[in-house]
Amino acid sequence: MSVLHIAEVTKTFSGGTHAVNSFSLDVADGELVCLLGPSGSGKSTLLRMVGGFEQPTSGRITIDGEDVTHLPPERRPTGMVFQSHALWTHMNVFRNLAFGLKLRRMPAAQIKEKVEAVLELVGLAGYGDRMTNQLSGGQQQRVALARSLVLEPKILLLDEPFASLDQHLRERLREEVRDIQQRLGITTLFVTHGQDEALSMADRIVVMANGKTEQIGRPDVVYRDPKTPFVAGFIGTMNLVEGEVKNGHFARSDFSFPLSIADGPATLAIRPEALDLTVSETPKAKVHRVTDYGSHGLVDLDLADGTRLKSMVAHPDLFRTGQGVDLKPRAVAAYRNNQQIFRS
Amino acid sequence: MTSLTLKRARIDWSGIAFAVILTLVIIGPLVVVATWAFTEVWRYPNIIPQKFGFRFWGQTLGRPDVWNALMLSLKLSTVVTLLSALICLPAAYAFARMKFPGRDILFFSFLAGHAFPKFGLLVAIAAIFLQLNLIGTFWGVVLIQLVGTLMFMIWIPVAAFQAVDRRMEEAARDVGASPLRVFLSITLPQAGPTIFAAVLLSFVGTFYETEGAWLIGAPGIRTMPVLMISYINNQMVIQYGAVLSVLLWVPSFIALMFARRVIGGGAFARGFGG
Repeated sequence: MSVLHIAEVTKTFSGGTHAVNSFSLDVADGELVCLLGPSGSGKSTLLRMVGGFEQPTSGRITIDGEDVTHLPPERRPTGMVFQSHALWTHMNVFRNLAFGLKLRRMPAAQIKEKVEAVLELVGLAGYGDRMTNQLSGGQQQRVALARSLVLEPKILLLDEPFASLDQHLRERLREEVRDIQQRLGITTLFVTHGQDEALSMADRIVVMANGKTEQIGRPDVVYRDPKTPFVAGFIGTMNLVEGEVKNGHFARSDFSFPLSIADGPATLAIRPEALDLTVSETPKAKVHRVTDYGSHGLVDLDLADGTRLKSMVAHPDLFRTGQGVDLKPRAVAAYRNNQQIFRS
Repeated sequence: MTSLTLKRARIDWSGIAFAVILTLVIIGPLVVVATWAFTEVWRYPNIIPQKFGFRFWGQTLGRPDVWNALMLSLKLSTVVTLLSALICLPAAYAFARMKFPGRDILFFSFLAGHAFPKFGLLVAIAAIFLQLNLIGTFWGVVLIQLVGTLMFMIWIPVAAFQAVDRRMEEAARDVGASPLRVFLSITLPQAGPTIFAAVLLSFVGTFYETEGAWLIGAPGIRTMPVLMISYINNQMVIQYGAVLSVLLWVPSFIALMFARRVIGGGAFARGFGG
């Protein structure tokens, strides 16, 4: 039963840049939380602080109530899986997995038993004698995961573990890791810049930008109800239209939409799947390109001033390039000063 | 299929020519020296010696000064290499992994000894050693030969340490290893083969070092190469020098074979980058 508690952690690098700025997060027992953000958002720095590889400038990190803020990595109950797998190439798979157990002075027979069990768990039974460079990329990453799991850490830390793998393998390992994590009930913090990974694996997502939390929530909630324009633009595909609200109407170029908020500038966010198109005699936009994905189609449109929008349609064959269309958003959100001020 | 056989039949003549020229230039002189070492009579204009034999081997190896020089050279090389490793390896680790003021200048100064004509530097050092009564002593030669090893023993290990993936070390910390354990179990084994090559190279380099040993060591200290040069310069009989040079091939040959087995040809080709 392990909980991770991060309280107002700040990391300032020499030069004064805030890599992480007063960040707080609680991870419940057995939960998988994804830190999602673009590079430079501070997500990796945060993970490395939890692992003990960076020292916070201020703030506290506790695991099961025990303050670990100033403990070195070797004395923390955390296990980290690195992006580059970081296996020790001068040891075979068995010795890679046994290294940490040997340091704990476990009897050899017990080490053998545990290593074999964990190899079985990650689907590499019988691979103990292989050298690490004889394994494929996916196998290497599985060994790296096993190397952390065999020590039964209270908190599992994953630092973009699938980044160096190809798409197909990434999707398979994603499912495997999620399965193992749920079976063991291990509390996990996962860093990624891939929204697919975050949406498909996480119990909760923390969207980060510039060292700060933009939004924390369940994947479906973060997707459906992004609280800031950054989250709106970062998760999934989103049309973000900047315009002016006047007398209860949002307007940009020829496109206008009834919006009952105070007058002033606003950013309108519309998902492509929530933007309906109709062929019209009085067009608001022009079709730029139609892409047929089989199951659905994607239509790129230009407003009169050149603003590009995307719409997902069920029947792409109804539209063709150059055609004039009318737009009808089914659901929108509006943002002003980085805050959500309206949602339908 | 025909195109395949045609391709296989084509001979890379320029490659062969290159190999032949290199072989002549490198192997040719060695063959001549080796032939002289086993020659008893070889008079102009004969292309091959009239009489082969081991007479001069017996005579050379029978001389006590040869054995003294050999022992001295081995002792010198061992002491110099060990001292050099003791000084240079921690320094190399520091250069590769730590940040401290003056790091770059200090790193450069280690190598600066090789930026000047060596003989000029040696003469200047000899003048200082004369004042310190180090001329003609064992430790004087040790000191001067130590300078010659710095290049290999700093540059190559620095590259070796830098080539060790930091994530590997962090992963070891993560599973519970102390910094010292990480160095012993991860960093050193990762950098080991390359460092071993550096140690081997400085041993061989020291064994054959001549100018320093001669300038600082004379007249009391006579190493193998110094003895060989004096034979070649002062003896009417070519064979003494030839026998000694054939003898001197042995350690370097063994060292090279050993190095190849330990680190593999690949690392040599990659310039010890790791």
